[in-house]
Amino acid sequence: MALTLAGTDDAATAGDAPLSVRGLTVGYGGSPVVFSIDMDVTPGAMTAIIGPNGAGKSTLLKAALGIVPRLSGQVAVFGRPLARARDRIAYVPQRASVDWDFPTTVIDVVLMGLYSRLGLLRRVKARHRAQAMECLSRVGMEAFADRQIGRLSGGQQQRVFLARALAQDADLYLLDEPFAGVDAATEAAIIRVLKALKDEGRTVVCVHHDLSTVTEYFDHVFLLNRTRIAAGPVATAFTAETLQQAYGGRLAEAQLDQLALA
Amino acid sequence: MSGAEFVPLSLPPILIGTLAAIACALPGNFLVLRRQALIGDAISHVALPGIVVAFLLTGVVSTWPMMIGAAGAALVAVAMIEGIRRLGGIEPGAAMGVVFTTLFAGGVLLLEQSDTSNVHLDVQHALYGNLESLIWLDAFGWESLLDPVALDGLPPELIRMAVVCLGVCAFLWLFWRPLKISTFDEGFARTIGMRTGPLGLALVVVAAIAAVAAFDAVGSIIVIAMFICPPASARLMTDSLERQIAWSVLFATVSAVLGYVLAGYGPLWLGAEDAVSAAGMIATVSGVILALTALFGPRRGRAGQPQGA
Amino acid sequence: MFDLGYNASLVALGAALLGIACGITGTFLFLRKRALVSDAISHATLPGVALAFIVMVALGGEGRNLFGLMAGSAVTAWAGLLAVTWLTTRTRLAEDAAIGAVLSVFFGAGIVLLTVIQTMSAGKQAGLEGFLLGSTAGMLRADAIIIAAGGAVVLALVALLHRPMTLAAFDPDYAVATGMNLRRIDLATMGLVMAVVVIGLKIVGLILIVAMLIIPPVTARFWTERSHRVALIAGALGGLAGGLGAVISASAPALPTGPIIVLTSFAFFAASLILAPGRGMIAAAAQHLDYRRRVHLRQGLLALAQAHPVREALTLRILRREGLIRADGVATEAGRARAARALVDERRWQLLRADPSTGDLADRYDGLTPIETVLTPDQIATLDRRLGPVPVSGGVT
Repeated sequence: MALTLAGTDDAATAGDAPLSVRGLTVGYGGSPVVFSIDMDVTPGAMTAIIGPNGAGKSTLLKAALGIVPRLSGQVAVFGRPLARARDRIAYVPQRASVDWDFPTTVIDVVLMGLYSRLGLLRRVKARHRAQAMECLSRVGMEAFADRQIGRLSGGQQQRVFLARALAQDADLYLLDEPFAGVDAATEAAIIRVLKALKDEGRTVVCVHHDLSTVTEYFDHVFLLNRTRIAAGPVATAFTAETLQQAYGGRLAEAQLDQLALA
Repeated sequence: MSGAEFVPLSLPPILIGTLAAIACALPGNFLVLRRQALIGDAISHVALPGIVVAFLLTGVVSTWPMMIGAAGAALVAVAMIEGIRRLGGIEPGAAMGVVFTTLFAGGVLLLEQSDTSNVHLDVQHALYGNLESLIWLDAFGWESLLDPVALDGLPPELIRMAVVCLGVCAFLWLFWRPLKISTFDEGFARTIGMRTGPLGLALVVVAAIAAVAAFDAVGSIIVIAMFICPPASARLMTDSLERQIAWSVLFATVSAVLGYVLAGYGPLWLGAEDAVSAAGMIATVSGVILALTALFGPRRGRAGQPQGA
Repeated sequence: MFDLGYNASLVALGAALLGIACGITGTFLFLRKRALVSDAISHATLPGVALAFIVMVALGGEGRNLFGLMAGSAVTAWAGLLAVTWLTTRTRLAEDAAIGAVLSVFFGAGIVLLTVIQTMSAGKQAGLEGFLLGSTAGMLRADAIIIAAGGAVVLALVALLHRPMTLAAFDPDYAVATGMNLRRIDLATMGLVMAVVVIGLKIVGLILIVAMLIIPPVTARFWTERSHRVALIAGALGGLAGGLGAVISASAPALPTGPIIVLTSFAFFAASLILAPGRGMIAAAAQHLDYRRRVHLRQGLLALAQAHPVREALTLRILRREGLIRADGVATEAGRARAARALVDERRWQLLRADPSTGDLADRYDGLTPIETVLTPDQIATLDRRLGPVPVSGGVT
């Protein structure tokens, strides 16, 4: 049985892939959460990072973005160090971390996405507001522009954060479980927006939790369970065999049958 | 009372108190939103050892060394708190408690040890200031405001407080956007490349400078009231950050003016002879305002999901 | 061995008992992550002290009766405590803002009252200001008895309530689910803190009592993972700091009792921060460095075994230091052997994890743990049969 281990034989980081990771290990205290990850994101693709709970999917993204410290490994964004390429990425985190009582409205949150273009002092002009409104209408939230963010449902809040990312006009979008805990209408709206981004030639990477929608939404996958299990187009990498490997044999046959596998 | 009494005796303290209150309330808005309200507690307590050290090093009780001493102590305290928090894995409140009580104890000890019998540097003054004594003897009435000779004799505390207040306003105006974004969603701010660490530190330093300048007027403990009560009251009035700032300035002004007036004239109206502590009254009035907004403020309830238990 | 005077002995005893009570009681606030509530409670005692004084004088008394002052302080401290709870539950304000507001406003009101007293009868107020920083000069035997008795009562109550308080601190949701009234337990905890604050006002004053409630539990946390032990160690440390501090303070002039006790407590803290095994800085740094070394070593060996380039400077340094590669980056004999072993171990793990029938054993994989610690030799032999020979760069194992 030929098993491939983490550690491909690419020389340096692969050219200018939107996101390129080599030997990434993250851990606190006793055990690594992710160990020796190599990853190259395919440009212009929609990639799903999947794996069982505790596999380290969110941690992988956060470590790549420098939000959590790493023990080892190198990261390159479009061939350059992260610090020099920040204006080309947009990150949509899981919803938990903000103060929902914070005095800010929906349109204000989206305008935050324009910050790197506005800088410290440039005034917010009508065209900036128009841009922000346009992003809001792409996610179907333009009617809520002046509402305080705490007064929205979970799905609506998620859409606002997506609109903020759209305002950043990035080339690589990284989303952490964008569909978790949202209603069906929001899920449909989000996937529409993401597919539109892909049609514009941008790259989208999602940490994704729902195996049954992988083939429908994504064209590439990255299977992770502390280490890389498989990576590539859905047809070759998202198979019964790779899934069993990733999920440690915990998926029942019936579950596998339900997934539209290659 | 006539202008001849009001301008020299009451106007400067009222102005100084108001400027001090505003200078503290402005950064206090962000401290409260960031759940760092008690950093004001820490800064206030460590002002004492800072002032004592400055006195010991320079040998004189003079304003500039004392202000630098207090500001330096604030920085040392913040560094120690952060260090203990990270290295010891201790939660922020406990880390603050350890640091500022120890530094305060050190300050009291130093005070006892050094020979301050010749110099007036007592703990009470540092704790609650003496706003009432910051008077303008060169003034004779309202016309003195236009008299360059009289203006020359303005209490230096007033000039100092005005300059600091202006500086605080400038800082907030300049860094409005980064402050708002990093306070709301620090993770997002970091991913777009904002240096949230230095920004947070800058906010604390600005707050420390405002506190230090205000010590002369209202003493150290009362400064905490100014950092917290007007912004907290404002928070309960509105959902807009801009309006919250405006409300906090209003509440700070009302607290200062009303507090001073009640302290100075209240006893007289009640038939007593002497005034009571202006600083204490200012803090009390700001507390009453907070209680009123907590009972009746239009936005006092929680909107979204509650943050932790 | 010097001879402590009568006063000094009383103070030392009182301080030690106070330290024990503070250390133990403060632990529960600390575990509940609300250490600074004690700051609000202590500052809220001031208006009560002043009011009690005014009332007692108005009733014709001396005004300095310790018991009366304590009672007054308890009333406003309790009010302050309720105000903090009320602000955090009824409004959108966070707890730190509530604590700071109550602290400063009550203290400000207290200062106003103090100045009122100043004007009432000049000179009589001098005793009250001692409550800010503590004043042990002229401590009476009656005072010491009050402190000792109060401390004992508090400790008895802590012994009674420690189980619900601990559970509420550790897992509030679970406590509520088992039917506990969380609010009442919180009030009880804060009430006990208030009691020790009131008792300790005389010796260390309201500004420094907070130190005695916070520093010992924080220090004790470095030495144990079990909450009961934290409380007991905190009590011991608090008592030691109290007694020792009082003795040191009595040994020379110009050494005020309260501050010396606090500084003694801090000395214990600093020593623990640096030296405690497990959680202390030195131990933690050593653990982290060791951990990082193991990660880089493993990754480096795996790279060697598959002829992949090793890119990180730190990995190369570690491999070189362990004698596994030469200066030019080529593997040594020992290096090749260990790399081969690492690769075999990794392959075995991969096989184990891919097999549906292995159950939870596969979860033990973390990149560093050798499979020998999880499987028996027989089980490993079975794996090896399925694995076949493992191609390693430079030869086959």
